[in-house]
Amino acid sequence: MTVEFLKAFSEPELAQQLIQQIKAKSRTPIRLMEVCGTHTVALFRSGIRSVLPETISLLSGPGCPVCVTAQQEIDAFIALARQEDVIITTFGDLIRVPGTCSSLQQQRAGGRDIRMVYATTDALAIARENPARQVVFLGVGFETTAPTVAAAVMAARAEGLKNFSVISAHKLVPPALAALIQTANIRLDGFILPGHASVIIGLNAYRPVFAEHPMAAVVTGFEPIDILQGLALLVAQIEAGEKQLANAYPRAVTAEGNQPAQKILADVFRPVDALWRGLSVIPRSGLALAEAYGEFDATRRFQIEVEDVPEPKGCACGEILTGLKTPPECALYQKKCTPAAPVGPCMVSSEGTCAAYYRYQG
Amino acid sequence: MTKTKILLDHGSGGKMAQDLIADLMLPGFDNPMLAKLDDGAVLELNGQRLAFSTDSYVVDPIFFPGGCIGDLAINGTVNDIAMCGARPLFLSVGLIIEEGFDQDDLKRILAAMSAAARQAGVLVVTGDTKVVPRGAADKVFINTTGIGVIPAGVAVGGDNARIGDQVIVSGTLADHGMTILSQREGLSFDSTLESDSAPLNHLVDAMLQDGRAVHVLRDPTRGGVATTLNEIAQSSTVGIRLIEDQIPVKPDVAGVCDLLGFDPLYVANEGKLLAVVAPEDAAAVLAVMQADPHGADACIIGEVIADHPGKVFMQTRIGGHRIVDMLTGEQLPRIC
Repeated sequence: MTVEFLKAFSEPELAQQLIQQIKAKSRTPIRLMEVCGTHTVALFRSGIRSVLPETISLLSGPGCPVCVTAQQEIDAFIALARQEDVIITTFGDLIRVPGTCSSLQQQRAGGRDIRMVYATTDALAIARENPARQVVFLGVGFETTAPTVAAAVMAARAEGLKNFSVISAHKLVPPALAALIQTANIRLDGFILPGHASVIIGLNAYRPVFAEHPMAAVVTGFEPIDILQGLALLVAQIEAGEKQLANAYPRAVTAEGNQPAQKILADVFRPVDALWRGLSVIPRSGLALAEAYGEFDATRRFQIEVEDVPEPKGCACGEILTGLKTPPECALYQKKCTPAAPVGPCMVSSEGTCAAYYRYQG
Repeated sequence: MTKTKILLDHGSGGKMAQDLIADLMLPGFDNPMLAKLDDGAVLELNGQRLAFSTDSYVVDPIFFPGGCIGDLAINGTVNDIAMCGARPLFLSVGLIIEEGFDQDDLKRILAAMSAAARQAGVLVVTGDTKVVPRGAADKVFINTTGIGVIPAGVAVGGDNARIGDQVIVSGTLADHGMTILSQREGLSFDSTLESDSAPLNHLVDAMLQDGRAVHVLRDPTRGGVATTLNEIAQSSTVGIRLIEDQIPVKPDVAGVCDLLGFDPLYVANEGKLLAVVAPEDAAAVLAVMQADPHGADACIIGEVIADHPGKVFMQTRIGGHRIVDMLTGEQLPRIC
């Protein structure tokens, strides 16, 4: 996608038209949740938050992969990093997340071998180059990145790579939506649904959730015009009293989604109950390695013992991830918790709600 | 959580680096020249103002499209001195070489240093070489220190930005940082990116001719344009408003940034400068810059304002606004 093409989606005139349309239509105060961290950042970076009418409250949901990763999972990653002769491979954001008493970054500074990769194929390459050592990939993320992890596991099996394994903390978007809708006191009027995850799972993946719990919801892209279009559709629906699932990102998202990607997900992983930070355990909302691929499961290959730990005292990440609080309402925000010294994960990832507020709102 | 170890973030040029300097370094060496924390120190000797600056280069990979660690080490210190409004004259070079390093690579690096010094018009007048056991350093590290003379009448400094001044950048953002990143990580889209490593002293010389009121000069290296502008806003106790639409980024660089979730405003440059110029001289300075090969893409990206002293704001393409904060630590690629 060229930048010229992207620029076309933030053309000031079209943006102004959409902003005016939203302002003209929006009468009743509404609470919308952007589920995806990339949306949270885009809403700030583009300045959209500063131009919306006061009737629209935007809440940031549990869509930053690092942020919803439970403390126990982070502790498990760190415990793995401490094992002898293990190379940890991970996507970048995870490096700084504080566990109960350390972070991967601090483990790396202490001499542990922790390597940032951009693709799971890089992790496989590291395993091939280091046959005498165990290489573990930290599988964190949603349906967007999980297929690439699944593909790496399949490749490892195909070439008989014995020193590669994955710890899967992957999470699924639709079950989280259902849990959010049922969260007490949340009072949501609509969802801005994630564009990237929807490319994989397709519009149809949301239908069961919204059939059971009707809600205005629009799959939205990430350019300013995309987001304004999504918002305009949501406002129009809600003002008309409708609760529909709509697609404002048809150039990328289809009804069926990416079926080959869905197939490898179904082959390599199995749905399991998963602990989300802030949302507690949600049934069938996580992915563990399927029995057939159990030999690549790092939790089986290594003895990892992690205690149940409470989340950091005073940290409101859980309430922030469910839209019950905004970052400035957390007692630690900007005081004890900053990007340089984060207490909770929402301050760590560049796509975390607290980090976005800190960076763009000051 | 105790933080007793130095993390890579402490070297990123952002807030954590600033804190480290303020907490551990400044107390022991406190003096008015150091306290300014500009790119170089300005010293007065017998009525002559000198600029003095040092920098160490540890870039990995040592060879990359658009340059290598050698020319980077010369250009970086030349630029730090030029950003004091000075004409760089003399450089020292310190080499720390890992045992086993290829002599041919060393020759290539030295040739690049020699060519860069010639281009900048500076002399390397002293040096030092150390070889350390394998593993004690990574291939080669270079320190350069330089000294230059500030012409009479020139008054640039990070604390000198004034309300109404125009903010000019000499060209496109993030070329160097994204080139190094794509080379280091073996990303497959690296073919079109090229570092902007270049000496800027001749450009600065031209800008400062005829007594033009250039108030601040900085090269936005680590931490990028956003961090440098925040430093200027803080030192000068002014606000800065940027216009998103006017910020120049090459399409391929913007594409790579977008893919990794990087903001080009925070990515390092090695051949670009930011100038804060009095409004009446902005057009003249801009024209001079655009006539120089290292300033051909120069443009005005914002202005100095009275509101919100110490902060940088951005007027976005869609007509909204937001804060542009300093970088905290290294930018990390996001998960999705």
